[in-house]
Amino acid sequence: MTGVGTIVRKELEDHFSSYRFVILFALITMVSLITTYMVGISLRDELGGIAKPKFIFLMLFTSTGPLFSLVQFVAFFGPLIGLVLGFDSINRERSNGTLSKLASQPIYRDAIVNGKFLAGVVTIIIMMSSILLVVSGLGLALIGVVPGIEEVWRIFIYLIISVFYISFWLGISILFSIVFRSIATSALATLALWIFFSFFISMGASVVANTFVPINQTSRENPEAVMKHAKIQRAVSLISPMQLYNDSTSIIIDPTRKTTRSLILMGPIEQFSLKRFSRPLNLLQSITVVIPHIITLIAITFICFAISYIVFMKQEIRSI
Amino acid sequence: MDQKPVIETHELTKSYLNHNVVDNLSFDVKEGEIFGFLGPNGSGKTTTLLMLIGLTEATKGWARVAGHDPTREATKVKRTVGYVPENIGFYSDMNAKENLQFLARLNNIPDSVSSKKIKEALEKVGLKDDADKLTGAYSRGMRQRLAIAEILIKEPKIVFLDEPTLGLDPDGTSRIIQHIQSLSREKNITVLLSSHDLKQVQKISDRIGIMINGKMIALGTLEQLAEEKLGVGDREISLDDVYMKYFQEV
Ligand SMILES: Nc1ncnc2c1ncn2[C@@H]1O[C@H](COP(=O)(O)OP(=O)(O)O)[C@@H](O)[C@H]1O
Ligand SMILES: [Mg+2]
Repeated sequence: MTGVGTIVRKELEDHFSSYRFVILFALITMVSLITTYMVGISLRDELGGIAKPKFIFLMLFTSTGPLFSLVQFVAFFGPLIGLVLGFDSINRERSNGTLSKLASQPIYRDAIVNGKFLAGVVTIIIMMSSILLVVSGLGLALIGVVPGIEEVWRIFIYLIISVFYISFWLGISILFSIVFRSIATSALATLALWIFFSFFISMGASVVANTFVPINQTSRENPEAVMKHAKIQRAVSLISPMQLYNDSTSIIIDPTRKTTRSLILMGPIEQFSLKRFSRPLNLLQSITVVIPHIITLIAITFICFAISYIVFMKQEIRSI
Repeated sequence: MDQKPVIETHELTKSYLNHNVVDNLSFDVKEGEIFGFLGPNGSGKTTTLLMLIGLTEATKGWARVAGHDPTREATKVKRTVGYVPENIGFYSDMNAKENLQFLARLNNIPDSVSSKKIKEALEKVGLKDDADKLTGAYSRGMRQRLAIAEILIKEPKIVFLDEPTLGLDPDGTSRIIQHIQSLSREKNITVLLSSHDLKQVQKISDRIGIMINGKMIALGTLEQLAEEKLGVGDREISLDDVYMKYFQEV
């Protein structure tokens, strides 16, 4: 592992002194604070006078408020953190001629990729934990409820999943910076992939489901067809890391949710009464429900990392 | 010089899309020697150097650098070789000292040792007064001298210099040439110097190899090459003449 430490150190110094990082951090902190503030205010108003329900602290993260919830925000915007941290990591060195120098020093070539990835992950951890701390602090001040041990654990697990999720995007962007020689190309490619997964997969999922099991006037009455349609739609949308992330974090952060499936063939009144009388999942049960999602998320991170490796190890490094 | 070879290649070949850019190259460089590696643009000099330091893989043949295989024992080779590429790059948002310190760390030289070395090296190459300037603001000549400072920090047994005088003014060129000479004389570093600047190479090279279209078409001391091509006359031998003679034949 010679050289990894040196590279991590330099990369961290670079990240923390770059405008890019400062702007990104400021942006995310701002949005998080605004979101939490609005959610906190509305929670306080709604809960005024009535007995505080369990897990109210977690609602700070899941309640949508007038805009969106913090969890939704991270799911959508988190990838951008990873992408911005990595999209030019290798090809910038290549075009500056510093890659030749790095690669001709007595370090293993993988130390370059590893060092950059690790420094990115550390940056992501620091970013996400400070945001969660700030949000928790503000929430505490607004609703005046101290989180219980289980809630703290759930937030911690949420943090870990988020770090993996954003690291996946970091891995993708590093891969693109290896494959594409031009920085503009790798920036565009990462952006395109992000948009593809954000919007097109969910659209595509319903298109695919509709082709296999068309839902029309007659089949709408048939519960089997409806179920099948929903199943296909889900299977397709699980290609998207965003879906994986959304599913797993919503279970972890919301103990009353018991399944990652969104289709429930029940009327709203029935659902409501069921929710009221059933006990929330305990932490271990929640984790059990989402463990496949988490493993998949980690696996795709490693796969894209492995591809980076294979490509970079064989690549010719010429100072152009 | 009658020493053992520190660089050896045997039928070393690199092809891109079935075209041999380096074609069955066999030569060696002896310890302590300055080897002038000559050839027009596109003749395969850089590609050869890349294969020797493991930045690209040979298609065929083998090479040994300080007794190691550059592909399979890349780190060992990189420990003994200092490589100055054609377009030497520095981190433009760091100053000269920081760039050198990073290089020292990559070579496992602790900061306590390197700080003194960095000062000495910068002084030696005449960059003492610019040590705190960002390297993004360095001129081409300053960058080349900073690259020499890197060599002084790393203290390798062998250096590969790819067109080190390219784009320099006469003053800058002669300074670099002097530095290369002193690396060889004072530290007994073996130098493999690729260039198309004949006059400069002639001044300092112990032996010369001329490469055209991926083939080494001539190899030897300047006198040997002159004898072979021009017949030894009483006029001063110039590498230009020798080179042109070879060039016309291809
Ligand atoms: N990645 C590549 N793909 C195809 N051809 C290449 C590649 N890199 C270099 N070449 C070709 O190899 C030849 C030798 O290049 P090079 O070793 O850089 O020559 P020199 O350093 O002697 O000027 C050139 O004709 C160049 O166009
Ligand atoms: Mg060249």
